[in-house]
Amino acid sequence: MKSIVNRVFQVGAATALAAGVALSAAQAEETIKVGVLHSLSGTMAISETTLKDTVLMLVEEQNAKGGLLGKKLEAVVVDPASDWPLFAEKARELLEVHKVDVIFGNWTSVSRKSVLPVVEELNGMLFYPVQYEGEESSKNVFYTGAAPNQQAIPAVDYLLSEEGGSVKRFVLAGTDYVYPRTTNKILEQYLLDKGIPAEDIMINYTPFGHSDWQTIVSDIKTFGSAGKKTAVVSTVNGDANVPFYKELGNQGVAASDIPVIAFSVGEEELSGIDTGPLVGHLAAWNYFMSAESEANDAFIEKWHAFIGSEERVTNDPMEAHYIGFNMWVKAVEAVGTTEVDTVREAMYGITFPNLTGGIAVMNTNHHLTKPVLIGEIQEDGQFETVWSTPKGVIGDAWTDFLPDSKMLVADWTKPIFCGNFNIETSKCSGQNY
Amino acid sequence: MFRAFARAIVVVLGFLAAVQVPNTAVAASDLDAAVAKLTEKSFSVKEAAIAEIVASGDPRAVDLLSAYLEGGLFRNKKTGAIVTVEKTEGGYLTTDALTGSALEKVKKRGVKKIRINNKLRGIVKTALGALQLFSDSTETRLKAARTILANPSPAMVGLLEKALAQEDDADIRESLTHSLAALKVIGDDPAARIAAVSTLSGSMDPSIWQVLGRAADQKDDPALAAAAQQALESIENQKAIYSLIETIFFGLSLGAVLMLAAVGLAITFGVMGVINMAHGEMLMLGAYTTFVVQSLMPNAIEYSLFVAIPAAFIVTGLVGIAIERSIIRLLYGRPLETLLATFGVSLFLQQAVRTIFSPLNQPVTTPDWMSGFYAVNGALSLTYNRLYIIAFCILVFVALLLVLKRTPLGLQMRAVTQNRAMASSMGIRTGRVDALTFGLGSGIAGVGGVALSQLTNVGPNLGQAYIVDSFMVVVFGGVGNLWGTLVGAMTLGVANKFMEPFTGAVVAKILVLVFIILFIQRRPRGLFALKGRAVES
Repeated sequence: MKSIVNRVFQVGAATALAAGVALSAAQAEETIKVGVLHSLSGTMAISETTLKDTVLMLVEEQNAKGGLLGKKLEAVVVDPASDWPLFAEKARELLEVHKVDVIFGNWTSVSRKSVLPVVEELNGMLFYPVQYEGEESSKNVFYTGAAPNQQAIPAVDYLLSEEGGSVKRFVLAGTDYVYPRTTNKILEQYLLDKGIPAEDIMINYTPFGHSDWQTIVSDIKTFGSAGKKTAVVSTVNGDANVPFYKELGNQGVAASDIPVIAFSVGEEELSGIDTGPLVGHLAAWNYFMSAESEANDAFIEKWHAFIGSEERVTNDPMEAHYIGFNMWVKAVEAVGTTEVDTVREAMYGITFPNLTGGIAVMNTNHHLTKPVLIGEIQEDGQFETVWSTPKGVIGDAWTDFLPDSKMLVADWTKPIFCGNFNIETSKCSGQNY
Repeated sequence: MFRAFARAIVVVLGFLAAVQVPNTAVAASDLDAAVAKLTEKSFSVKEAAIAEIVASGDPRAVDLLSAYLEGGLFRNKKTGAIVTVEKTEGGYLTTDALTGSALEKVKKRGVKKIRINNKLRGIVKTALGALQLFSDSTETRLKAARTILANPSPAMVGLLEKALAQEDDADIRESLTHSLAALKVIGDDPAARIAAVSTLSGSMDPSIWQVLGRAADQKDDPALAAAAQQALESIENQKAIYSLIETIFFGLSLGAVLMLAAVGLAITFGVMGVINMAHGEMLMLGAYTTFVVQSLMPNAIEYSLFVAIPAAFIVTGLVGIAIERSIIRLLYGRPLETLLATFGVSLFLQQAVRTIFSPLNQPVTTPDWMSGFYAVNGALSLTYNRLYIIAFCILVFVALLLVLKRTPLGLQMRAVTQNRAMASSMGIRTGRVDALTFGLGSGIAGVGGVALSQLTNVGPNLGQAYIVDSFMVVVFGGVGNLWGTLVGAMTLGVANKFMEPFTGAVVAKILVLVFIILFIQRRPRGLFALKGRAVES
């Protein structure tokens, strides 16, 4: 109970502090404004609040180093409240009213799609930190999360490998919306290409927030008892994962029998579950909190100090913001201005060390080169890396495994200067993204 | 496949030697070296180390491997000692895994867990199975026999035959016979292979289906494939019956969840007629009460639910009474305003929880007695948490029915809902009864929330996920009738689960909604419509 009272106090103190910061910021002559477009209320608040705090921490850290171009950074936080159309309005407010120089924001693909026309019309710059389904490259967006070839494809490769258990049958389970549908389409094609027969692939979709997994887990068990090593590739999103994993545990599906590899389950999601029965299930990300590097130790320490709790975890989208923010700072320092087009051109080829060791590179298709890690869930809610790509993987905006997109490339440098250039017809479709 | 077998052979040959010639004096140093190898980064080195640990024949091997399997082996980063740890205030107490002597206390990051992956888990499990096959405890032997059945390797034939010859326990004998048969299916003798398939046919163990499935799939021996196919088909028929039972069980358990979510609403909306949009948040408060209770008694999680149920009833009941007295009381007879006001209350409560507990989900631990399943056989297993939820649902329902039908408060409640003016003139303090009824409904919703906390996320959005379902159940069952709520919930649950395998979860949900729309068109008052003057007024 005491801790709750404490938290109430903390929140109060934080509000007072924020008001104070706003005041002092207003008094300063000129600042560089950093827009933060993450939901602080509604369904997505669970994931996005942490990212808002991450950006605030990075801004604070940069200011402690003396700011940028001799000016202080000022974070402008708005709350799009998990409401997709509101994302567009808030983006407009950030760009037109607050005149921010850069925006860090969004989580769901649908919110990003809603913001796209606005940042393109007003020529803003958005850093999008979450793994997504690809098939997009906008001039005004930098995608610092993983594209499908930086998460889904390596994960399946791992399962097919001897070390991953030489899996022969696949269940593709996902929540019913654009990211899982697109990812599963890509994966299905990829598996068929790899010689897995269609009857050994089971695809299953569930509604958002699905909580009754009995039938599906029982189906998975039956599907897995046909004499071939079976694994589940899960694009189940958000809250629905907790009851899914609980049901797996209750029905006795152990990771050594039927492993589940997830693309949307990170440290943050696991912190709400009793992970005992899940040990051994897998996840594919570009970052795990357990990564052993000095940069990571320092990052975690800073995060704990900033948020005021040793219990809070770090996760992959946080690293994406960390890389994106620092790359932006580097680019701005290099060109000496925050003007969007100049900074955009300076972004290409910019490098910054990953938290997992190695170097991230920003490519001309606005995606990063990052390593891919496979981790196993541990008793304490952390992941233990069991496999990683030998070097960084270049993010591919348009997947090579779908007939409609394999001839498309994105390259925002001249002479192509296009987000969806068709290499067969040598045409840009004319669409902006 | 062959490589896997080859590897298993290496491991198994190792412990065959071990079982026959236990020689601890020499083996002790071997064990040290082998355990040290476990800390290597490469998983193939670890695999070799496991074989060596087994081959050492050291009596400590079982404990070491069990600890490794459960992720309990650590390496002290400074001294390099292999240790097991015990969490204490501000660090870990370490114990030498080999000698059992207590070592120094280290910080959390001072030790590094020795890694294991799923493939190694399989190997360690099989190795442990073989090591424990001659244990004194029947239970351990049975577990070992089952582990081997799930993962048999050809080199074990001799070991299994030896164990079978000594074994008296019928269950263990069956497992061992099946393991042997499973190995003969992939053996060299064609006649023995067919005979082995007939031994295995009719079994309801999924590990055996795996064996038969592999046999039916192979192309070299058509006779064997045909026999295995036939065996699988005969099992298929039995499986169909069990899967029907399973579906009904799933349906009833979903129904029980719906019932627990809706039963509070059956009082506030059903009996009182308040369109209570804040009902979902009462469920949420109940679930959060469970979380708070668990964090207050971290050492007694097993009993926490028994404290949480009354605590949740009181907390949400009081919140309910407060809402009724401060807001709803002023809005009786104005359903639209009530709807808006309670919707506002629900948003208020959600954001309050976000502010106090953070927007993140909170971990609620499931007590051990609620985890796991009761296996009727390989095809049908009933999960304990669902069994308890069904039982709890019936308990809550009966308790509520007794309160409404057998207590003075229940009588007054029904009187006030049926005819407020007359009840008032008979001397019933209607205001007080309203508050208590709303409190009862909210309290019961809180109790439902405790149950939900065991199944789903405990987060600020918990309520929203159940509010639509709750209204659906109450309206479908018939407003104002508890039996209607029960039958409605069970019908919807079972219908949903029967549709799901054919249509998928998304379409099943849509079909249920379409069905309810059509049903309400035909029977606007639901399954069990109230009759009499109360309805007309």
